[in-house]
Amino acid sequence: MVLMACGAPSAGRSEIVVSAASSLSDAFTEMAEAFEASNPDVAITLNVGGSSSLREQILEGAAVDVFASADSRNIEDVSGELVGPARVFARNVLQIGVPSGNPAHVVGLEDFERSDLLLGVCANSIPCGDLAERVLAAAGVEAVVDTYEPNVRALLGKIEAGELDAGLVYATDVESSAAVDGLSVNVAHVSDYLIAMLDESSEASAFIDFVLSDTGRQILERHGFVLP
Amino acid sequence: MTMGLSSRIITERATLVVDIALTIDPGMTVALLGPNGAGKSTVHASLAGLLPLTDGRIVLNGRVLDDPDHDVFLPADQRRVGAVFQDYLLFPHLSVLENVAFGLRARKEPKERARIVAEEWLERVGMSEMSARRPGDLSGGQAQRVALARALVTQPELLLLDEPLAALDVRTKAELRRVLADHLSGFAGPRLLITHDPADAFLLADEIYVIEDGSVTQIGSSEDIRMRPRSAYVADLAGVNHVVGSATNGDMSVGDHMLRIGDTAALGPVVATIHPRAISIHLSRPEGSPRNSWRTTIERVEHYGDRVRIETGAPLPLTAEVTPAAVSALGLTVGSPVWASIKATEITVQVG
Amino acid sequence: MSERGQTRLPRAIYVAGAAGLAIVAVPMIGLLVRTPWSDLGGLLASDVVVDALRLSLLSSIAATLVAAIVGIPLAIVLARTDFPGRSLVRGLVLLPLVLPPVVGGAALLFALGRRGVVGGPIADLTGLVLPFSTLGVVLAATFVSLPFMVLTVEGSLRNLDRRYEGAATSLGATPWTVLRRVTLPMVLPSLISGFVLTWARALGEFGATITFAGNLPGKTQTLPLAVYVALEQDRDAAVAISLVLVAISLIVLVSLRDRWWRAL
Repeated sequence: MVLMACGAPSAGRSEIVVSAASSLSDAFTEMAEAFEASNPDVAITLNVGGSSSLREQILEGAAVDVFASADSRNIEDVSGELVGPARVFARNVLQIGVPSGNPAHVVGLEDFERSDLLLGVCANSIPCGDLAERVLAAAGVEAVVDTYEPNVRALLGKIEAGELDAGLVYATDVESSAAVDGLSVNVAHVSDYLIAMLDESSEASAFIDFVLSDTGRQILERHGFVLP
Repeated sequence: MTMGLSSRIITERATLVVDIALTIDPGMTVALLGPNGAGKSTVHASLAGLLPLTDGRIVLNGRVLDDPDHDVFLPADQRRVGAVFQDYLLFPHLSVLENVAFGLRARKEPKERARIVAEEWLERVGMSEMSARRPGDLSGGQAQRVALARALVTQPELLLLDEPLAALDVRTKAELRRVLADHLSGFAGPRLLITHDPADAFLLADEIYVIEDGSVTQIGSSEDIRMRPRSAYVADLAGVNHVVGSATNGDMSVGDHMLRIGDTAALGPVVATIHPRAISIHLSRPEGSPRNSWRTTIERVEHYGDRVRIETGAPLPLTAEVTPAAVSALGLTVGSPVWASIKATEITVQVG
Repeated sequence: MSERGQTRLPRAIYVAGAAGLAIVAVPMIGLLVRTPWSDLGGLLASDVVVDALRLSLLSSIAATLVAAIVGIPLAIVLARTDFPGRSLVRGLVLLPLVLPPVVGGAALLFALGRRGVVGGPIADLTGLVLPFSTLGVVLAATFVSLPFMVLTVEGSLRNLDRRYEGAATSLGATPWTVLRRVTLPMVLPSLISGFVLTWARALGEFGATITFAGNLPGKTQTLPLAVYVALEQDRDAAVAISLVLVAISLIVLVSLRDRWWRAL
């Protein structure tokens, strides 16, 4: 769990806690800053982590106002805590991440059947991995994977270092890394990102509206998300 | 080829430089006698090969063990020196038998044969019954017998005994001395007994080297050492009084006191030795021949079995030895005013 | 045993000690409370768990053996030889103790990975790729557990009365014989506890393993990795696997006799 306070709460300022999936880290940091700029009386505490850890925290009673998840399953698991409906606000696509320059000359998903390459995907217990599984299945590829990384940043890191020849990562991750090139994957599967309010307040509501607004969407697009 | 040990040991330690010449013929026991810190363990370590010489040479039965000038150094495991230590140093994780057999097994003797020989030796030191026990089960005297067997079983060329009786109580000491005496005389090679206890030296050694501060101050037989001590340390060992003064014309002045010594030739600074038994104690001025008598007071009375040692005070502090009968007959106690007297002929003087 | 004659300790000592015990015991109790006892059998029989268990035992034992083969000689040299830079060498050897395991794993990757300083040439010459292999798991585990072996053995060698070795030498034993028949047997209790501590550390290793060797069931997914991955999705499975780890560790540690602990 990573907590980031984007502004110090002081007397008179209200504070809301936003739990956001790891892949939203960069985008939501900018999002929170922008929101606070136009709403100086609100302070946002950004709690970033794996979607399932965030779900666990909520189920164990953590005081979270807004939950932005990288998949629908985790949102469904906390449906009992939601105030109002959960809304899709962004989509993420998988790409084949390769080290800069594509040294292994990977061209497409079928290369994931090559045992002479070192290939990685996310563990299927996290959204990124679940998506990867569906994408590979849809393409009819029997992948020979060498590692199931527990988080997508670790996977990205190994691709950056050249220790893996290719991996299935989010488009947003490719966007964020200068040392990784991305190859498009022509598959219809995308990850739906949903946002929902857990504790009723005008500030929480305002933040969600902001995310769904044009300004919010532009921020998301800039970070590589696909917009619904 | 000269048999026996021939050595000049010069070794520099942090606080002491040891420089002695030591020669031991086969079949001879030499005692290295000295106070703690004199350098005895340095000599032991140098002979055993655990400490290289700084200078000098060690030759054993014609083999050079250590010669710094010629870059020769034989490591300890190749020297064929048998060692017995003050703390026994029996290997605690091995049985008594395995301890004794250790040296043989180390020389690649087959297990069965080593066991047989070890058992023979255990028999010889009277410890067969304990062969299966661990060293922890043994008393000091038992342990030292086993240690002796362990050292002898490998048929070493030199036997080194480093304070072998120091850790034992008085009675066990006496018993072990006999055991040692037997086995030492049965050992054909040279033997070195390192000790701070003069009784060990007097009783077991053929020749005694006295070592003080890294040097040998006297070499001689047991009688030489006892009767003609050359240093305060040796004199103290034998319990002799050691008095320093200035002699002229048959007299010796010790501070304000004058002693008639009889040696008219002595001149200048001298060291006089007076045996405790040569001093007699009287309640009043003695009649007769003793030329040296003086009034003094008793400072201390100590009983040692059938002997009593009396320490007298000013003007000439001395230790006298009398019988318990004399003590009770004269009613001697601390503070008693007495007369001490000694014949001039009993005072041995060495010019120095 | 009667209470008469027991050492009397100040009451505060017991209280503090109880607090110390609680810090360890309470999370274990939490684990036991959450255990899905009825499903346990099925969970434990699953492929994931069986693979992870086999891999964990294999790699931890292998790592312990490697640590012993290189660590014991290293400990002997450190304890018995004086050379310039000895403190530095000892510091280096103990470094993995204080280094965060993930940092250790990253360092292993930089050094022994396919693009690594040493690993690169090895891969080019022999085709051997260390990351993402079971050998990589053993390496990562050895890296973090070696200090335990060296620390334990060096400590006990230092405390050993050197005169026994002198006695052995004077009896004609070569350095190798002295080591084999006197030195090592006399520090046997600490050797045993060294082995156990090393193995326990190797078994529990996570950060270096996942960073260097990756995570692949059957090849590199040890029990700790399996727990981590299962936590994301199937909490029951995670708890079950954790129980296996706790059970194995407890059995070994409890069976260690008191006198072997004394040698630490």
